[in-house]
Amino acid sequence: MPRFYDTEVTSRLMLGTAQYPSPAILAEAFKRSGAGIATVSVRREAGGERAGQAFWDMIRDLGVHVLPNTAGCHSVREAVTTAQMARELFDTNWIKLEVIGHADTLQPDPFGLVEAARILTDEGFAVFPYCTEDLVLCERLVQAGCRVLMPWGAPIGTGLGLNNIYGLRSLRAHFPDLPLVIDAGLGLPSQAAHAMELGYDAVLLNTAVARAGDPAAMAEGFARALEAGRLAHEADPMEPRDMAAPSTPVLGKAFL
Amino acid sequence: MKITINGTPQSTTAATLSDLLTELGYGQAKVATAVNEGFVPATMRAEHKLTEGDRIEIVAPRQGG
Repeated sequence: MPRFYDTEVTSRLMLGTAQYPSPAILAEAFKRSGAGIATVSVRREAGGERAGQAFWDMIRDLGVHVLPNTAGCHSVREAVTTAQMARELFDTNWIKLEVIGHADTLQPDPFGLVEAARILTDEGFAVFPYCTEDLVLCERLVQAGCRVLMPWGAPIGTGLGLNNIYGLRSLRAHFPDLPLVIDAGLGLPSQAAHAMELGYDAVLLNTAVARAGDPAAMAEGFARALEAGRLAHEADPMEPRDMAAPSTPVLGKAFL
Repeated sequence: MKITINGTPQSTTAATLSDLLTELGYGQAKVATAVNEGFVPATMRAEHKLTEGDRIEIVAPRQGG
């Protein structure tokens, strides 16, 4: 199982906590999938509601690692302040660092991301950067202190799967020992299995599960796909070839 | 004194951030705070004096992806 900043997790599935039809269905999705990490956020508390406390109590009951995010932050300052608030609220130095650079695609701002990663690493955070599969960006993030990388499969919430197989394969080859997580863009378990076959360590998803007709069943589907894909990766798959090759022996065939 | 809390202009008589949270009923609540875009740790709230025009953010745990 993957290790993130010296913490071993029990699952290759990292699951978001937003957009579920109900808290009970959210809890059931975690239970059936065995997801080991839950992503959470910090948002303004409306006067007297205490919704934050109730949500936090429910997340603690899941018994999983908590990974707060800086979702929606478009500047380094915003992301750093959000991370600092999250560390105090959730009592963890883990942070899923998002510095968004484009409003339509929600793709990361690579320049702000590296800067924020450096600041937060210096402050003792364990940074999980939501990034693209760009090799140079990823090298800079590692130089900034990141010990895990989380490239997108496709833009957040699209369900388009792995958009740049070549880039993801290159990234895996370039960082053979660094934990790599596909974060965002997955829509189906087959895409998660593909990520495992490419040698990725984990996937992080939310919408694909929360917006499914049966979120708990979909969560379990993803968990099984991850297991299948990982087994395939470890089993040293055959090389594809263009020409057909008979699998049944040619020798001994009757002459008729 | 006029300040802004989570984007809404409000008046307060609180002298410190800690007093303000008490005034708003957040005494023991699970919240984190920022003043003028800078994080203020819980341990610093009692000595963090408020000034006219301060922009206060009060946040809590929420669902996220």
